[in-house]
Order: sequence, then structure tokens, then C-alpha cells
Amino acid sequence: MTAHAPRRATPSGRLLLNAATGLVLLFLVAPILVVFPLSLSSGELLVLPPPGWSLRWYEDFFTSRRWLSATWNSFVVGGWTMALATTLGTLAAIGIHLGRFRGKAALVAVLSLPIVTPVIVTAIALYFALALVGLGSTLTGLVLAHTVLATPYVLLTVLASLQTFDATLLRAAASLGAGPATAFRRVMLPMIAPGVATGAIFAFATSFDELVVALFVAGPQQFTLPRQMFAGLREFLSPTIAAAAVLLIALSAILLALSEFARARARARGIG
Amino acid sequence: MSRRNLLAAALIAPLALLVALSFLAPLGATLWRAVEDGAVSTALPRTAAMLRAWDGEGLPPEEVHGELLRELRAAQEDQSIGPVLARLNFEETGLRSMLLQAARAAPRLAQPLSRSLPELDPRWGDPAFWRLLKRSATGWTPLYLLRSLDLRIGAEGVERTPAGEAVFLRLFARSFEISLVVTLLCALVAYPVAYGLATMPPAWATAGIVLVLVPFWTSILVRTAAWFIILQREGPINAALLALGLVDQPLTMIFTRFAVYVAMVHVLLPFAILPLYGVMKRIPPEYMRAAASLGAPPWRRFLRVYLPLTMPGVAAGSVMVFMLAVGFYITPALVGGSGDQMVSYFIAFFTNTTINWGMAAALATLLMAMTGAFVALARAFVPGLGAGAARG
Repeated sequence: MTAHAPRRATPSGRLLLNAATGLVLLFLVAPILVVFPLSLSSGELLVLPPPGWSLRWYEDFFTSRRWLSATWNSFVVGGWTMALATTLGTLAAIGIHLGRFRGKAALVAVLSLPIVTPVIVTAIALYFALALVGLGSTLTGLVLAHTVLATPYVLLTVLASLQTFDATLLRAAASLGAGPATAFRRVMLPMIAPGVATGAIFAFATSFDELVVALFVAGPQQFTLPRQMFAGLREFLSPTIAAAAVLLIALSAILLALSEFARARARARGIG
Repeated sequence: MSRRNLLAAALIAPLALLVALSFLAPLGATLWRAVEDGAVSTALPRTAAMLRAWDGEGLPPEEVHGELLRELRAAQEDQSIGPVLARLNFEETGLRSMLLQAARAAPRLAQPLSRSLPELDPRWGDPAFWRLLKRSATGWTPLYLLRSLDLRIGAEGVERTPAGEAVFLRLFARSFEISLVVTLLCALVAYPVAYGLATMPPAWATAGIVLVLVPFWTSILVRTAAWFIILQREGPINAALLALGLVDQPLTMIFTRFAVYVAMVHVLLPFAILPLYGVMKRIPPEYMRAAASLGAPPWRRFLRVYLPLTMPGVAAGSVMVFMLAVGFYITPALVGGSGDQMVSYFIAFFTNTTINWGMAAALATLLMAMTGAFVALARAFVPGLGAGAARG
């Protein structure tokens, strides 16, 4: 059972460790779980246990213009960000993989800079820059900003999946008469597809969850779900926020499941 | 260039262009904004040119006084005077009203102005004011960066800001302290959990990892919002404590440092657990068995074998946690009090509330320098540390 311990750990020690692990895992998920009953409350206050159960806050969410337009904006911005980041990141990763030049590590580091830069710095830099070119408070500006944040993740995941890609396969395809485009489409793309998919999901999630840049770059017309939630937390704490949180959690869970699915596919590919 | 590299360059170019235009250029512009100082030379161009030509000794010639008043009045009439007043008032409080007063009084002032102006306000006769004005006409200034470090330019060069106005060093120290505490807490909590998960039966471990991944994928705002609700005075924790009779009065948890620590550790803990779990999974059990067969007692096996082997995981997680923590904005802003805000909060404050973009840019520059220095240090001391390795 305990593969790492030389002898089986003492039962009490193991029990203690399991209890501690369980408690921390509870700490990690409890806040997320607490939101569910709060969102189903029939009362106006965020108290546990709720005075009764109802779906009124979900109804409120789905009939409120502000929440619906925020949801719509989030999907539009997330979708465009995913498309742009996946395209740019995948192309660049393939280019870096194919190229025969020095300083690849430095190039990847520069292209991944948006990940290591504090988000607030990126946010104000883009706030000034987008205002300068007339893209402040536009969805286009927000998409551009989110693409900058999300593309490095695509680049890194696709690069990782390319590392396991065997370049002789491309030569084999060429020797069998496939042109470069065909070889790419029929040989390389299927092999790296799970990596691309993981990157794409991550890009969407990055945009969908992003708040700091949205705080600066989005005007009231471009409020995304996190931006609208933030405004709600600041102004009036209604259970609609809990309902919105539950919907965001559900979407995160779907994205997580998708990414794990892509990962499992990648693993199967790697072995098979 | 070979055809292969030509193709590679063509594939990399779109992303390189995006990063250059939409990230590096705005970032560079922000760094420049931290030292840029064009307010005076834009609104008062002729005065600025005259001041640049002046040697800075004593008081400037009479015509500089005249030109300054003329341009001030003109700027006031076409309402472009705001940035100049804000800029000068930022360096020395009170200059706004002094300049406005002089602009209003200009038509009634007797010649020579170098005598009538000081009668209006003695500061006009102070060479220090004119030197300040000359400094502000050069186009760039170290003022904002100095102020971010609680320094200013005084009569004898750079000096400390008086104690009442010195806030920024304390702010950086506080951000550093919060990040450090959060990093230590994360490492301390993550270690046993990762060990527990790594040594559980696989089915249990998988379930456990899912419980780590779910919050990892849940938006930071949603998790912070959950804590915001839970830690309220009327929130679930206080309700439970009151119901159990453990407290008579609801505890104040929201808007405290405690809330900031709890929420930040919650947000960042997966970044500490995941790399550590990965490292622990890869340690061959034979190592520990070998140590045991050589007679090492458990504590010694742990200290001499297991801990050193898992240190790269601790380091990778901790660097990631610290780096993210230093730039935190949303979580302290929502659950912390006014004394728990970090550098990011003031960057946002100067950008949105007081519209002092020089200060916002200067603080951003220092925050970036702080993060960069930390990452460089970590890389130097922890070999094989990659950026962005923890997510994904």
C-alpha cells in the first residue's frame, strides 16, 4: 500500500497523515461547495442553512440584462481569445520545433513573459496602450489583451507535446510522397492534437476567469462575468452572485474534465 | 537562411509580432512613463525652453517670470493647465493654488514681476521653487521612482520623504511579508498533503488530485468571493461558532490580515501541491528501502534522503507561489482591510482614482523589478527551475 515507505508506516502515523490530507482537501473544496446551498436559498441573505430552497437567484441571473450580457461577453471574448491564442501559439510552437537556430530557450522565455509578469503590470500597460490606439473599452481590445495572456500557455503545451513527436515520421511521410502540407495535416497534427486541445481549453479558461485586465480594459458595455461579479461584490451582496459563482464553477469543472480527457488521449497516443 | 529556418521564422512571426506590439511595446511605454515628465514642457513650452537655458543660480531673469504668467493664463483659458498643476502640486503640495492665484492676479501685477510676485506669495522669491520648475522642464524625471522608494529631491539632492508621507517602503515590505508568509504556509501545508497523496492507493490519490485540481481550475474571483461570503460577520463560520456556543459575539474575520492569508493560501495552495506531488511520485521507493537497510532511523531517512530529493518540488512550488502572491490584487482588495493592501492595489489606485500615471508606472516598474530579481535569484539557487512549469 505505501510503496514509498521502507516498512509499512505505523497505522497511527498513516491515519494521522490521511486525516491531515483529508482536512486540507476539505479546506480546498469547502468554499466551492458552500456556494451551492447559498445559491439555492429562498432568502435575501447569504446565511447557512438557508431559510428555504428556491431557484429564484438563478431566475434572477437568467432574466437580468446585466448578467446575461456579461455572460455573452465572456463567451465571445473567451471564444475569440481561444481561436487566436491557439492559432498563434501552435504555429509558433511548430516553428520553434522545426527551426535549426540557437537561442530557442531564450525565445520561448521572451514569448512566455506575459506569464511571469505580474498581471496588474500587464493590465495597466495594456490600459494605456489600448487607449492610445483607440481600442480602450472595446471587445476587440479585451480579446487582444486576453490573447496576450493566454497564448504562452498554448505555446508551452504544444511545445511539450512536440517534444515527444518523432521527426522521422515527417521524413517517412515525405518519402511516401506526401507534400509538407499533407505531412503536417495527416501526420503531425493528429499527433499533437491533444496538446493543442489542452492549450486551447487553457486559453479559453484563462480568458473566461480573467478579471484584473478586464477591470482596466473593459468599459461597462464590455463587462465580463468576473467583472460583473466583482461589481456585485463591491456594491450589493445578493445571492445572485452565488448563483453566478455556481455557474462559473460548473463551467470550470467541464473545462477541467475536457482537459483531462485531452491529456488521457495524449498519454494513450504516447504509448500506442 | 535555410528554407527550414525561413519556414520556422514565418510560423513564429505572428506570435512574435503580437508579443512585441501588444506586450513588449506597452510594457516599455509603461517603464518610460515612470520617468517621463512632459506636462510642463507641453503646456508651457516657451517657459520650459527659457528655464532649460537658465543656469539655475538664484532667481531666473525677469522675462521668464513674464513668459510663465502669460503661458499659465493661456493654458488656463484653453483648459490645458490641469496636468501642469497636478504635476507640480504632486512634487510640492500647495503649488497648485499658488500658480492659480498668480495666473488670476497677472493683469493687476506691477512690474517688475520678480518683485510683485513674491509679495503675492513668498515662494515666488524662493530659488528652490524655480529650480523645481527647471527640473520639471527637462522632459524626464526620477521623481516618481524616488517617491516610490520614499525619497525626494530636496535642497541638497536626494533625501528621505518626511515620516508622515513615507508610505511606499512600508507598502513594499508589507507585500513582501504577506507573500513570504503565504509561501511558507503553502509549503508547510502542501508537503504532508503531497506526501499523503503520493503514498495513497492510486484510486484514492486520483480522487485526491481531482480535489486539488477543481479549485485550481476555478476562477480566483469565485474562490475569493466564496471566502468573502464565508468570512462575513453574518457568514456561515460565525453562525456555526455562535450556534455551538463557542463565541458570544460574531468574530471579525472579513477585512483582516487573517482573511487575506486564508484566501491567498487557498488560491495558491494547488500551485505548491502539484509540483511537489509530481516529484514525490517519481522517487523510487528503493532509495528509502536502501536507507532503511543501512540502519537509518525514520527521521534520519526523511532528513537525509527524502527531504533533499523532494526539495526541487518544494522550490518549484514556492517560487511559483511567491511570484504570483507578490502581484496579488483581487484577493486582498476584496477580503483585506486598508492595512492589508499590496503594491498592486496602489498601482490600480494611482491609475484609476488619482490619475497619477507616473506613480502607477513607477510602482509597476518596481514591482516588476522585484519579481524579476526574485525569479533570477531563484533560478541561480535552484537549478532546473523553469518558468510557468507549474500550470499545465
